[in-house]
Amino acid sequence: MPELVFLWTDILVFLLVGLVTAFILYARRRPHLSRPWRMVFSSKIGVSTVIVLLFYVVIGLMDSVHYRPDANASDEKSVEMLSLLDYALSDMRLRQEKTYSAPLATHLYAKENIEQPDGSTLRDFPRLKYGGAHLDDPLNDYSRDLFKQTVIGMSIGIGIWLLLSVIIVLLLSLNNHRSFNDQLKVVVYGDPHIPWRTALWTLLVMLLLLGTLYNLSQYYHVLGTDKVGEDVFYQALKSIRTGLLIGTLTTLVMLPAAILLGIMAGYFKGWVDDLIQYTYTTLNSIPGVLLIAAAILMMQIYMSNHEAEFASLVERADMRLLFLCMILGVTSWTGLCRLLRGETLKLSELDYVQASTAFGVGHFTIILKHILPNVVHIVLITVVLDFSGLVLAEAVLSYVNIGVDPSTNSWGNMINSARLEMAREPIVWWSLAASLFFMFTLVLAANLFSDVVRDAFDPRLRSQS
Amino acid sequence: MSSEAILKVDGLSTHLGNPSLPVRAVDDVSFELHRGKTLALLGESGCGKSMTALSLMRLLPAGGIIAAGDVVIDEQSVLELTESEMRSVRGGKIGMIFQEPMTSLNPVMTVGQQIIESIRLHDADFIGSKQLQQRAVALLDDVGIPDPQRRFSEFPHQLSGGMKQRVMIAIALAGKPEVLIADEPTTALDVTIQAQVLDLLRELQRKNGMSILLITHDLGVVAEMADEVAVMYAGQVIERSDVTTFFTAPRHPYSQKLFDSLPSRHKRGAQLAMIEGQVPPLTTKFKRCRFIDRCEQKNEACEHRLPPWQGDELQGYRCVLSDPTASKHAASHTPQTDTKSTQADSRQDSYLKLDNLKVHFPIKKGVLKRTVGHVRAVDGVDLEIPRGKTLALVGESGCGKTTAGKALLQLIRPTDGAVLYDGTDLTTLSNKQLRSKRSDLQIIFQDPVSSMNPRMLVEDIIAEGLVAQNIGANRKERSQIVADLLEKVGLPANSAMRYPHEFSGGQRQRICIARALAVNPDVIVCDEPTSALDVSVQAQILNLLKQLQDTLQLSYLFITHDISVVSYLAHEVAVMYLGKIVEQGTMEEIFDNPSHPYTRSLLEAVPVPDPNAKGERTALQGDMPSPANPPPGCHFHPRCPLADESCKKAYPQEVTLSDTHRVFCLKVTS
Repeated sequence: MPELVFLWTDILVFLLVGLVTAFILYARRRPHLSRPWRMVFSSKIGVSTVIVLLFYVVIGLMDSVHYRPDANASDEKSVEMLSLLDYALSDMRLRQEKTYSAPLATHLYAKENIEQPDGSTLRDFPRLKYGGAHLDDPLNDYSRDLFKQTVIGMSIGIGIWLLLSVIIVLLLSLNNHRSFNDQLKVVVYGDPHIPWRTALWTLLVMLLLLGTLYNLSQYYHVLGTDKVGEDVFYQALKSIRTGLLIGTLTTLVMLPAAILLGIMAGYFKGWVDDLIQYTYTTLNSIPGVLLIAAAILMMQIYMSNHEAEFASLVERADMRLLFLCMILGVTSWTGLCRLLRGETLKLSELDYVQASTAFGVGHFTIILKHILPNVVHIVLITVVLDFSGLVLAEAVLSYVNIGVDPSTNSWGNMINSARLEMAREPIVWWSLAASLFFMFTLVLAANLFSDVVRDAFDPRLRSQS
Repeated sequence: MSSEAILKVDGLSTHLGNPSLPVRAVDDVSFELHRGKTLALLGESGCGKSMTALSLMRLLPAGGIIAAGDVVIDEQSVLELTESEMRSVRGGKIGMIFQEPMTSLNPVMTVGQQIIESIRLHDADFIGSKQLQQRAVALLDDVGIPDPQRRFSEFPHQLSGGMKQRVMIAIALAGKPEVLIADEPTTALDVTIQAQVLDLLRELQRKNGMSILLITHDLGVVAEMADEVAVMYAGQVIERSDVTTFFTAPRHPYSQKLFDSLPSRHKRGAQLAMIEGQVPPLTTKFKRCRFIDRCEQKNEACEHRLPPWQGDELQGYRCVLSDPTASKHAASHTPQTDTKSTQADSRQDSYLKLDNLKVHFPIKKGVLKRTVGHVRAVDGVDLEIPRGKTLALVGESGCGKTTAGKALLQLIRPTDGAVLYDGTDLTTLSNKQLRSKRSDLQIIFQDPVSSMNPRMLVEDIIAEGLVAQNIGANRKERSQIVADLLEKVGLPANSAMRYPHEFSGGQRQRICIARALAVNPDVIVCDEPTSALDVSVQAQILNLLKQLQDTLQLSYLFITHDISVVSYLAHEVAVMYLGKIVEQGTMEEIFDNPSHPYTRSLLEAVPVPDPNAKGERTALQGDMPSPANPPPGCHFHPRCPLADESCKKAYPQEVTLSDTHRVFCLKVTS
């Protein structure tokens, strides 16, 4: 019987999902919050980046549901802990080669002594155990098979896309009380409210890519294998969770401090303001990387001294990831705090705050009713803008070995190991390329998305439209 | 009109925004501006005055197009010029000055550089830098800036508002324009400064023979400046006339209403005429008169056709009716019997008293933030507010009247002095004790936009005070109270479930009034509640305030700079200058017998909506000094026409002229 396991980060991830859902429900009934979001979803860039981000999020969430495949063996420390994603990609995960192999290769990347059936040895590139193993004659059949699998993969993609499109249009027609055909026309000719056409095109591109990659990965290592023969595509997919976690959990950690202190400083002024200002100025003058390095090193020492407290390696790595999020949060709340302080200073002088003071309304109520709702847009913009920066920060930190645990899959770790691979002759480029590609897509989508969000929430730009 | 037309606008239509649903900001506007004359373009906000001016300059915002019509300057059609030719017209043939002198000047360039820049563009004769400088200094001298040599190398922040507007005029004059477009040139200025600037414009016109296109919403300014008037409403000119005819016999129903809704002393006690409703959205394609929904004289004929232009090009109006004069005298002009007799009783009744109230803001400098001085915003104010009456606190901006109002409410804790309310000194109460007293004293702000949280429903906004003061047991009871309040201020009941931005300025001000009334206050501080509103809307709010006072026995501390509102509404008047009261008395005493020279010049500086009253006044010179560093002796002496040596020595003692009338001036004897 498989047994569900909740790691600390998993709990926080689902807490975050809950918070986001709660926010959506809250915002739906409030026009000042829902209007900008509607603007986001009426922009073409907004919609297509959201779809790209959704793919990442779904993969990340799948990777956040952990379980132990065999509950009976749970007392054993080394027992494997798997996620839903691991299960879905079991083939990729288990089909481990001996060492490096190039993307879509059928042979290893290094020459070996191969024992011939007749007993003699031949020094050549050996066939891969799994990659292209179904081919009898790789030399002749390779290109045709590659083409065939690509076409099959694309057809799968198109099939899923058609199915999804029909479902979307059907749901829309039910929602808008139109006939299916009318709704289809609206979507094809461009809906003025939400650019569904752009959304469907983006979905098509993503599904084509995913279908092809998935189908090919059944027979080949699409992005090659690393030094110990692990599939690079699988590693890159597993790294998505790490990247997303760092980007989102860090903000979750920093938000309470930033909001509370920022508003307090701006609202109460005087010595409260002085104290908070001095705190964040001091914190800001310590180089962030050094602070993180010191904290991580301390954490490492603590962990190696108290090994007994962690049930498994995975849990240990998870603890370190969480700790990294926290320490990143501690170093990054100051920017938002400063912004909020300034905005609150401005708001607290406004007539409506004065009016409620004249009513004898208490400080806490004023903050909750008048200040907080009027700074939410700043918080949102900052969170979305910070996200991509944090994903990149993780890569940099892992590169200098003060990031996530080496056993955790992350783009930073992949780049770190690529350091040696780049020095090899012939060069091993796919690990680096794969991590860069995945990171680039995520960060680009997040940046474009944050641009749209900022435009939608910026009151100066809003008045023009 | 013998003089030729220098500027001819013919059927001008300007569309803004989305071409499929254009905002017709200017819709078939025609007028002529004659050489050496002033044409006033009169209208309320959003009626297309400024857009007309920008269309003449071809300076429309992005998305704006001139859809039809022609603009001819000096026989030359402006619309046919290329953009580079147009640049020489702007500033060369047509100069323009804007409403906001604070933002129209570049803060990092000296005044001189900015003038020289403009001279260079339009006059190739001035080549040497010496010559340029001389010309710039001469221009500064022309616009009446004292010590132009020194001002030449100063930065805009070193100048006062009035000076900046003068510099703007100097820049506009640098290209020797034949037409000067003045877009609300004095709206952002105080009355005494406004009088100076208007005088200057008139004098320059006489000297240079310029034509002025004056855009304004102020009938007083029109009467003072204009030779001819064009009234705009919803993007269209609805009446054209010379100034005397316009002020004696306005013909369009809208113009008539506009006059009736002006508050003035004659209308005391009577309700002001109101123009109900709002200007229709300019995206509408009008099929009938655009004023019809607000017109009291409409009849069957108005419903079915667009109103024709009646009369000729110089004298005419756009209306279906041949002689719309029906409700001309709807507002009764009979002034109510004077309240003077009851005045004495009410004074005993005064239950809110400011005693030597002082609010000083420390000026902090340096790393250690040591206090190096004080801004004496309010410096020893004594006032008594009688029950059920209105005390108007009058003064120019920066004289400390708003601060005094906020100090009264303890929104700003006073530095010294006492606020006695019902026998308790509010300044000695702790925040907690104060909270229960809060419901008795309320405030209405000037800006109806910033005085309501845009994130809250109207119901929650009004109920905020109810919750804070524990009025109403539960939500249901409170919404009933809110519904009653909305009815009281004349808003539909369904307003409760809407957000503030869905309302117009006047409606928002009503919501603010309802909010203040929610906690049953005795005293309301009205901080310029109508100065952000149009005349017709202002009348609605003034009527409402007056009616509420009658029914609820409210006392108002009415803070304003608008003298006509004071004469309409106030029972007593206190004139404030630089943190101190300089004169106080009943409305009649102040207006009939102003004793302090400042009061006198303040009253004289107000432009009267009567073209025959033009001319006779002594405009006050200079600006108000900084309250951080008030002049020694009488604060007013540097600007006072009566001042002599003795005025510089000591602040004058109180001189009592009557039971209710007191004044602080050495030159006045009881």
